[in-house]
Amino acid sequence: MPHSVEDIEIQLLLEALYHQYHYDFRHYARASVKRRLIQARTQLGFSSFSAMQAALLHDLSTLPRLLNYLTVQVSEMFRDPAYFRALREKIIPHLRTYPSLKVWVAGCSNGEELYSLSILFREEGLEQRTMFYATDINPEALRAAEAGIYPLDQIRKFTENHQQTAAPTSLSDYYTADYGRAAFDKTLRERVVFSDHSLVTDAVFGEMHLISCRNVLIYFDRSLQDRALGLFRDSLARKGFLGLGAKESLRFSKHAEAFADFVREEKIYQRREP
Amino acid sequence: MSGAPFQAVVIGASAGAVQALLRLLPALPGDFPLPVLIVVHVPPDRDNALVSLFREKCTLPVKEAEDKERAEPSTIYFAPSDYHLLVEQDGTLSLSSEQPVNYSRPAIDVLLATAADAWGAGLCAIVLTGANDDGAAGLKAVAGAGGVAIVEDPASAQFPTMPAAALAACPTARVMTLADLLIFLPGLVAA
Ligand SMILES: C[S@@+](CC[C@H](N)C(=O)[O-])C[C@H]1O[C@@H](n2cnc3c(N)ncnc32)[C@H](O)[C@@H]1O
Repeated sequence: MPHSVEDIEIQLLLEALYHQYHYDFRHYARASVKRRLIQARTQLGFSSFSAMQAALLHDLSTLPRLLNYLTVQVSEMFRDPAYFRALREKIIPHLRTYPSLKVWVAGCSNGEELYSLSILFREEGLEQRTMFYATDINPEALRAAEAGIYPLDQIRKFTENHQQTAAPTSLSDYYTADYGRAAFDKTLRERVVFSDHSLVTDAVFGEMHLISCRNVLIYFDRSLQDRALGLFRDSLARKGFLGLGAKESLRFSKHAEAFADFVREEKIYQRREP
Repeated sequence: MSGAPFQAVVIGASAGAVQALLRLLPALPGDFPLPVLIVVHVPPDRDNALVSLFREKCTLPVKEAEDKERAEPSTIYFAPSDYHLLVEQDGTLSLSSEQPVNYSRPAIDVLLATAADAWGAGLCAIVLTGANDDGAAGLKAVAGAGGVAIVEDPASAQFPTMPAAALAACPTARVMTLADLLIFLPGLVAA
């Protein structure tokens, strides 16, 4: 329900983005989208959202710059260590019983969560039987994820987090540091498929044993959260697991029935029998 | 007293927050007709302990704000630590882990600006004690949207910097002591 002229302009801008490029932000949580578009307007030097819309439609270089505002790329390795610890202690024992595994990191950003999982699976001896799918809609983020290089000043936090997951190894076993950057071991991505995939517009692409989708759904409105959760339900194998972000839950979803709490505090769910 | 009908109260507080809120929140009656949304600057790596503290002291139910829930009347919501709290135009709440604003997450500016957008003239916003200038831009947005903007009197606030910065950014804001607020708040009526 647009209120002001500005809100109408934003709605039109998002329509243009969808019709021209098939990026659909129309049902993202609008308050946050608006804040980030206001930042973009100032920092990219547009006088109005209408001017931004004209540039978006007529100048190809506008899209990637705008995408970096419309998608939130804040992430960390082993973000919320208790989540990864719960995966290690409560989910891995179940996954061990399968001869082969598929893991989907939906909304992988620059790859922090993906590398966290591939390290955890290596530590637990499951990496060789696992295929990882790391997906996002931001092409720059996907490229960064594939490169696996992070500023050294983030590594201390990543290391602290990793240690809190009851890790049997040290994070420094997995990267080499120089020139202020840490490059993660490329063997960590040997079993990873990086791919452009939108939770809003794309479909099921495989049968997963674990889907980890953290801090993506909070940027969606409720209808879009339901769309994504329906996609997860349809993508999970029998008794497959779904992990969400610390402040995300199925409570308000129409798909709540399709999942059972598995590790309640960590927002890890298990698909119920259909 | 303010006779005009309201839709919500939002409060931002930083250093000195607990003591100030301990005076204000327990005094709100159980039939206080508005949602109360609060951002307090808390350290990121801790669970927001404010909820359990105030739950014990308040007549009104106190909870941590959850993503996509509706802001209900007669309820006090605290932003979770390490997440921004935003209000959508339909009066539901959103959380976000976007970059800190004014070095803070949650940031008072983010709550106030989005609440101003959602509730306009139906909003009453209060900037309490604190040692930084978060909330100044947000309070200006509240006043700009026709809402009632209030700062704790810097002369009596435990940490005057934050309310003073808000007053400087929003000179039309009303200046109230905690004692004034104790009389003003219970007089607010719902739209
Ligand atoms: C805040 S990051 C989360 C990163 C990581 N999962 C974590 O928890 O730290 C959100 C990511 O979701 C991606 N994203 C946004 N909309 C998406 C969509 N429709 N489908 C897939 N990914 C999306 C963004 O590009 C961004 O990389």
